[in-house]
Amino acid sequence: MSGYSEYVLCLLLFCIGLYCVLRKRNIIKIIIGLGIIEYAVNLFFILVGYRIGGRAPILVKEQTITTMVDPLPQALVLTSIVIGLAITALIVTIAIRIYEKYGTFDITKIRRLRG
Amino acid sequence: MSSLMELQLLLLFMVFAAVVAVEIEDLLSSVIAVGAVGLGLSLAFLILKAPDLAITQLVVEILCLIILIRATIHRDLTLVKDGRWFFNTASTLLFIASLLIFAYFALRELPRFGEPMMRVAKEYVGRGLEKTGATNMVASVILDFRAYDTLGEATILFTAVMGVLAVIRKVGRIKNEKS
Amino acid sequence: MRNPEKGMTLIVKTITRLTVGLILLYGIYIVLHGHVSPGGGFAGGVIMALSFIHLMLAFGKEVALKKLSQAAASILESLGALMFLAIALLGFLGGYFFFNFFLNKGKPFELFSAGIIPLCNVAICLKVGAGLFAIFAVLVLFKGSDEK
Repeated sequence: MSGYSEYVLCLLLFCIGLYCVLRKRNIIKIIIGLGIIEYAVNLFFILVGYRIGGRAPILVKEQTITTMVDPLPQALVLTSIVIGLAITALIVTIAIRIYEKYGTFDITKIRRLRG
Repeated sequence: MSSLMELQLLLLFMVFAAVVAVEIEDLLSSVIAVGAVGLGLSLAFLILKAPDLAITQLVVEILCLIILIRATIHRDLTLVKDGRWFFNTASTLLFIASLLIFAYFALRELPRFGEPMMRVAKEYVGRGLEKTGATNMVASVILDFRAYDTLGEATILFTAVMGVLAVIRKVGRIKNEKS
Repeated sequence: MRNPEKGMTLIVKTITRLTVGLILLYGIYIVLHGHVSPGGGFAGGVIMALSFIHLMLAFGKEVALKKLSQAAASILESLGALMFLAIALLGFLGGYFFFNFFLNKGKPFELFSAGIIPLCNVAICLKVGAGLFAIFAVLVLFKGSDEK
């Protein structure tokens, strides 16, 4: 398993985020768990496309580069990072509205009160 | 192999910072710990030879921290332990264990770390300069070869901005219409 | 407790006056050179939004909203999205969607090369920057009128 240790660490990061989303009762903690899951998934895409001894996917003058890292996962993750920011802003806005209406961030109390 | 040692140490630092962010009880401290995870991710993108992504991840992380801190400051934090603690933790760990079992079978299909397959990207890298004229390969992929996906991303951003503007509308408008 | 609408201390205000124009210029540089060096429309747009947010955090929301009001941010964002769509539909004249044909490709490594890619970068920058500034302006306005 020596060639896979980076993948295992990335999967561990994903599991920590998943545990936080499932077990915590504060909405802000759930948002933090979602952010950690997002980081782990973006990292996994770039880990798959890496080549040992490769170079960044940018051409330089008067040099022909033969070994480049894969530019296709990098293009996909670039849009994914900005989308993640927009989703985090939306979910923080919903959390602020929930605090406005119920007075608490605790999800068990939100279920019991009727507004 | 020295570059791989840096990457593994950086990933260990990110895992440690994530554990701190999840377990600590003060909200401001856990938001700052998530900022540390994001900064480690930006450095990891730099080690993995992706400079576009390092710049974007750094500035997006700053904006995400600003929005989270504006949400958590001046808010209270109630710390009450509920019942059924054993059942909840056991079912969560069971779920994560089943995820890890399937992930083991999936990881065996991947190629080793550092030898990508690059079936489609050979065409993009080999003939990208003569087809598009751009020297940044990632820019030519997102804005020329796969521009339709960028259009979808622009639509998602637009919808998220409209969603924020719709949710944040004050309740007082309905009261004014009633009275 | 510090009132979030009035701004921050004198040291922060002085440093902001010196650096906020440079941050905006750096964002424009990253957008315009998006096809030659790393960066592109997304990173440059977020940096430009960050410069206006810096102004709002340091001086209070009235000063920042005088420079770029909320209605202007909405119009800029729609303009960016429509420009992107117009560039895409113009490619129909060449045969496909998004066809990169109607500007010549020039020599590589120069600023005026690569067809429609710099125009697409500018459109994306307008959209992302104005959209993120609108989100932040609405969040700050909401909190400011709510705390007693």
